[in-house]
Amino acid sequence: MLLSLEPRGQQSRPMLWLSPLLAAVLTLLSGVLLFTLLGHDPLQTLHTLLIAPVSDWYGVSELLVKALPILLCALGLAVAYQARIWNIGAEGQLLIGALAGSAMALQLIDWESRWALAWVVLAGTCAGAAWAGLTAWLRTQFNANEILTSIMLNYIALNLLLFFVHGPLKDPAGFNFPESAMFGDASRLPLVSEDGRLHGGLYLALLALVAVWVLLHKSFLGFQIKVLGLDKRAAGFVGFREKRLVWFALLVSGALAGLAGVGEVAGPIGQLVPQVSPGYGYAAITVAFLGRLNPLGIVAASLLMALLYLGGENAQMNLNLPQAITQLFQGMMLFYLLACDVLILYRPRLKWKWAKRNAKNNTEAMA
Amino acid sequence: MSASPDSPRLQLTAISKRYPGCLANDRIDLTIAPGEIRALLGENGAGKSTLMKIIYGVTQPSSGEIRWQGEPLVMRDPAMARGLGIGMVFQHFSLFETLSVAENIALAMGADAGTPKQLEPKIREVSQRYGMALEPTRLVHSLSIGERQRVEIVRCLMQDIKLLILDEPTSVLTPQEADELFVTLRRLAAEGCSILFISHKLGEVRALCQSATVLRGGRVSGHCVPAECSDLQLARLMVGDAEGLESSYPKVSGGLPRLRVDDLNWHNPDPFGCSLERIRLEVRSGEIVGIAGVAGNGQDELLALLSGETRLPRGERERVSIDAAPVANLHPDARRQLGLAFVPAERLGHGAVPEMSLVDNALLTAFGQGLVKGGLVQRGKVRALADEIIRRFAVKTPGADTAARSLSGGNLQKFILGREILQNPKLLVAAHPTWGVDVGAAAAIHRALIALRDAGAAILVISEDLDELFQISDRIGALCSGRLSPLAETAQVSTVEVGRWMAGEFDQPAAAAAC
Repeated sequence: MLLSLEPRGQQSRPMLWLSPLLAAVLTLLSGVLLFTLLGHDPLQTLHTLLIAPVSDWYGVSELLVKALPILLCALGLAVAYQARIWNIGAEGQLLIGALAGSAMALQLIDWESRWALAWVVLAGTCAGAAWAGLTAWLRTQFNANEILTSIMLNYIALNLLLFFVHGPLKDPAGFNFPESAMFGDASRLPLVSEDGRLHGGLYLALLALVAVWVLLHKSFLGFQIKVLGLDKRAAGFVGFREKRLVWFALLVSGALAGLAGVGEVAGPIGQLVPQVSPGYGYAAITVAFLGRLNPLGIVAASLLMALLYLGGENAQMNLNLPQAITQLFQGMMLFYLLACDVLILYRPRLKWKWAKRNAKNNTEAMA
Repeated sequence: MSASPDSPRLQLTAISKRYPGCLANDRIDLTIAPGEIRALLGENGAGKSTLMKIIYGVTQPSSGEIRWQGEPLVMRDPAMARGLGIGMVFQHFSLFETLSVAENIALAMGADAGTPKQLEPKIREVSQRYGMALEPTRLVHSLSIGERQRVEIVRCLMQDIKLLILDEPTSVLTPQEADELFVTLRRLAAEGCSILFISHKLGEVRALCQSATVLRGGRVSGHCVPAECSDLQLARLMVGDAEGLESSYPKVSGGLPRLRVDDLNWHNPDPFGCSLERIRLEVRSGEIVGIAGVAGNGQDELLALLSGETRLPRGERERVSIDAAPVANLHPDARRQLGLAFVPAERLGHGAVPEMSLVDNALLTAFGQGLVKGGLVQRGKVRALADEIIRRFAVKTPGADTAARSLSGGNLQKFILGREILQNPKLLVAAHPTWGVDVGAAAAIHRALIALRDAGAAILVISEDLDELFQISDRIGALCSGRLSPLAETAQVSTVEVGRWMAGEFDQPAAAAAC
């Protein structure tokens, strides 16, 4: 290996927090380079992408609308990831939450009581938790890898949603469009202000934020989750129950993703449609790491991610840039963050002298 | 390779090795003459292993010169070292358990040496010549630890050997097996082979080696002739001036039984693991019971059953009891509530979470001491506890927020032991409490254990260090192949007798069967 990485004896704490910023700067620089190569004015493009979308109150409220589902999913993922349970299934849990919430809302479509909303939200949250519970069950019962099971359950969830929206839940008076009837007003999340689409999901998200923060930073349960994540043997040595903690972390994770899903259908959308989520559950994975699995960091990261979504749409409309630009930026962001993290933990070193030493010698050394 | 007859076999001059953040070897000089048995003495972390790896070509020195039989060279890799006639026996064997002795040796020697079948006569001849009985066709998993070590040594002797390096070879042997090994080594030396013997056991070094080089903190702290130095002088060279290098504690007899293990049988699902058979044991309040034994004879299994990491079905819950309460089916936290405290063998990754601060690690086992209220952690109280542990047990650390991983072995062990002792346990189980700990810290740990004993706690110490067990325990026994010898008053038995127990020569009430 010409380039080798040596572990650093001491990690710098400020750098641990600065690296997301550094990653953001590098992403911007790469963006500038990319737009220049594509023949766009880089500054104007970045303005369209990152500043224009939030230049008025409506833009800010749209930003929050987009940020809420990402925030909720990422908060849940942070709980699971602290326990080193790699739940990749927030997308599926979100979709199932939206599906179950919609089914409940359509049952209660004529019910005027405020309780209708509570039932809808509860149904979506519980369904998301149950969907994650499948992953927990497979992992604790059969030791199945949660990364694989949760990803595969995403596809099952998406197809379940498509089946219901094309079948049992389709609006009978909807000219055969694949969408449900509009929910009754009583089961919609109320708007926060008159202008814009910002809805009551904001309060639910703030509640979840505080709850997850207390859980991870103040509670003994959160401590157990962290110990399990860092050191399974130590957790077993003091009698923390691994299976219970896995269940708990995944249920919380799924419940919050389910809440995000039901928040979408009962909030800005108002009915069940096939495109409930433009990949919020996947974006939340990036957000959770970008925010260092810390609830406050995740708030900042989810706002940034929402901005990329809005900016991508804006660039699509005004500059004829493809929609892939959003995913490209997300990908670059995660890439640079991981790269910065590697450099915090390791020191790169070029080796000219020993470049010729090959792997064979190293394996022999073990003999 | 030609060489003048009077040049030393190996000469290291000013060898330094720098790892990121630490200087493992600092300008080390070392010379070994043909036929010399030289000891390399030093505490864990003194740089012995690094120096050996440099000699054997596993790593390269940052600076310095190696001369082999008078000629300077760069030791590129272990293959080159083997080609020169350097053999090395590592502390942890690298043998395939499912293969035969001859197959293992053939694998290590490479394709040129011939098939396992062709090697068999040579293996028989070499093992007989050096008095190490070894049957080439036996499978390695059926061999005892001592026999496995013979496989490693014979492997080195199969070629024309000029320098044999042994890394703490006796740490896995009973005293009798160690004596047999020394006979072989002396015979080898008489034939002109140089031997570099790495150890921290002073008695062995004195019995075997003509000369010794002592390392401390990566530097040579002195050369000496072991036979002319007292233990205390050698220990001073190894650790500097430390208190409590030579202390003895009064022996006592205990009071009421705190821990009872009654006919404990446990079948190990791992085919190469050790099953436990009819273990009977009683630890009384106010006494220390020591259990000796070579590693891998059931210590880990017994410890897991005592801590609660391995649990028996409810029907067998009376096999282990604490203060007459059956606990064999309970989780570790439930056992802790009954007054159990536990110091596991591995400090990092078992007894403490490496990445977490000392504050969090204090909470790890002490959460039952009123540190959690309504599900929330009482940060202030936890910090106060961590500070108290650090103060009372003289843990050297920049502060309670330091990650456990950055503490030295001895300091972390003091912290873990302090954490358990401050919970006022009725029963403390400690595994290898001073393994890899420098002498000064070891003495502090022994004093803390004795103080806890005198305060009325029952203590069970499982250790491979026989000297330690004789020093601190009031009653002693030994584990062999998952069976426990009867316990005897330490004052009434000799090392030789316990050595026999470690080799399995004792009467157990049950019919004997190997695991």
